[in-house]
Amino acid sequence: MISARSVGIIARLTLAEAVRRRLLWALVGLTLLIVALTWWGFSRITEASPITGPMEMLAVSQILVMLAFMFSFVLAMTAVFAASPAIGPEIESGLLLAVLARPIRRGEVLLGRWLGLAVILVAYALVAGYLELGAVWLATGYLPSDPLWAPPYLAAESLMLLTLALTLSTRIVSVAGGAIAVVGYGLVWMAGILGGAGEALNNDMLRWAGTIARLILPSDVLWRGVAWALTPSPDVLESTVANPALYQFSPFSGSQLSPGWLAWCLVWVAGTLAIGAWLLRRREL
Amino acid sequence: MAGRKRTSTAPEAAPAGPDPAERSIEPAVAIETRELRKQFGRVVALADLTMTVRRGEVFGFLGPNGAGKTTAVKLLLGLAKPTAGGGTVLGASLGDVRARTRIGYLPELFRYQGWMTAREVLALHCELAGLPRSSWAKEIDEALALVGLVERADTKVQGFSKGMQQRLGLGVALLGEPELVVLDEPTSALDPVGRQEVREIIGSLRARGSTVFLNSHLLTEVERVCDRVAIIDRGRVLTELSVAELLRENGVRIRVSGLAAPVRIAGRFGRARLDGEWLAVDAVEDARVPALVAELVEAGGAVHAVVPRRDSLEDRFLSLLGADPGSSSAVDR
Repeated sequence: MISARSVGIIARLTLAEAVRRRLLWALVGLTLLIVALTWWGFSRITEASPITGPMEMLAVSQILVMLAFMFSFVLAMTAVFAASPAIGPEIESGLLLAVLARPIRRGEVLLGRWLGLAVILVAYALVAGYLELGAVWLATGYLPSDPLWAPPYLAAESLMLLTLALTLSTRIVSVAGGAIAVVGYGLVWMAGILGGAGEALNNDMLRWAGTIARLILPSDVLWRGVAWALTPSPDVLESTVANPALYQFSPFSGSQLSPGWLAWCLVWVAGTLAIGAWLLRRREL
Repeated sequence: MAGRKRTSTAPEAAPAGPDPAERSIEPAVAIETRELRKQFGRVVALADLTMTVRRGEVFGFLGPNGAGKTTAVKLLLGLAKPTAGGGTVLGASLGDVRARTRIGYLPELFRYQGWMTAREVLALHCELAGLPRSSWAKEIDEALALVGLVERADTKVQGFSKGMQQRLGLGVALLGEPELVVLDEPTSALDPVGRQEVREIIGSLRARGSTVFLNSHLLTEVERVCDRVAIIDRGRVLTELSVAELLRENGVRIRVSGLAAPVRIAGRFGRARLDGEWLAVDAVEDARVPALVAELVEAGGAVHAVVPRRDSLEDRFLSLLGADPGSSSAVDR
């Protein structure tokens, strides 16, 4: 039985550490800088090429998706670098020995760590995402098809990486675990592009490769959701893209997140954390 | 340690606290293990450990480096799972999470959150231990005073020396007046003054009726503070013995000449034997040594020297391990 009180203690400890170690402040500073640069950059672009039709709208949306991809990358790396040393190295250094000798279960430590880091990532993704969308809207007047959902999808994508890296950190040294998570993130992103190619070319093998990769690590599903939420409405897309199916080749193309995939993301996080708790429970300290 | 608030007793003093049986309605046994075994692959770290630690006693767990002491501690605290066997700690099965509310632990590999101050680390452990929030300030102040860290209470731990971190760890282990305090090499980073202070703290724990499980390879330290000791090597318990009984095994060495049968005379006082030009008499009470010397002189002997001899824990330890006292490097004094 998991104690919410124990999970809360570890989550608060994790949050306090992030604040004290200036991780949070580094993210806030980075966000403000990027938002300011975004506003300035988009202002210059629209000064030179005012948005008068769907083509310009599509161009702005693609730059916005590219920016979101950068955010997605920063969030994924933050998740991996924050989670990889969160369990294993703390056991090896002795930091967790005194904690685990208290009336607290290992699963509660893992969950508390996850929750604390998740709060940081979600808060950063939401604040930075909405600020960025606001800056683009102020500079260009462009509002994507579903602006409210893009930042939550970004946040959810980072949670996938957080979950993977934290679970790996229960057994694998932090550098190796972090590397595996980063490589996994990159491979699944590429598999997503291949899956899109499978859709465009009606190639079942490529389609299945993309699907299987996304089942193993569903971060790309959420990334596609972000891209979809940031693109113009479907009628604009249809009027500007000659072959919408071929558009799926683009790494910056999106697809709407189905309830089935959303449910799988939730199951995947819960299942991966359960595996992490099991691995940690079996680990010799 | 400096600024101590709690009453302490001299480490050599006999147990002076409340009778453990009166203090608690729990069974009189604090730790009990039955054929507790831990293997890492084919390596046997601990082999069939069977022992009993009574409530209120200071129990020394002795052994050379790599003997399996820390493995045993981790099994007792549920930090590792036994390969076979079992046991109880404070009446609960090994690994029972609830029992840990009554246990304080100083790990051998002690390290605390460097970004926190000493006071914050102690507050974290108050919370983890489930102590009522209203008691935290008092608990923290007492722990800081006991381990001599009052002046550094608001300094970040990352600026602490190893000795200061070990003091902090000791303070953490003592929060909430635990019924059982497990100290794994508690003085490894301390200077002689710090070691003396830890001995006094252990004395005060005994005085208030706490059970102390002291894992150490510092023999003089164990000899001074422990009621009983278990000596282990290569994962096996070689012996369990009472320190008081060990120290009662006194003897004397007398350099005497001019006597034909000194052993016969000395034999009336204890176990006597000749060792070169020395007459060695074991198990003789201190008070009877003058009478022994007087008889030797009366019988015509010339007494040149009288040297008291005590069988120390180190002697017993080394004899059990079959090591040459002059060449042992496995233990520190």
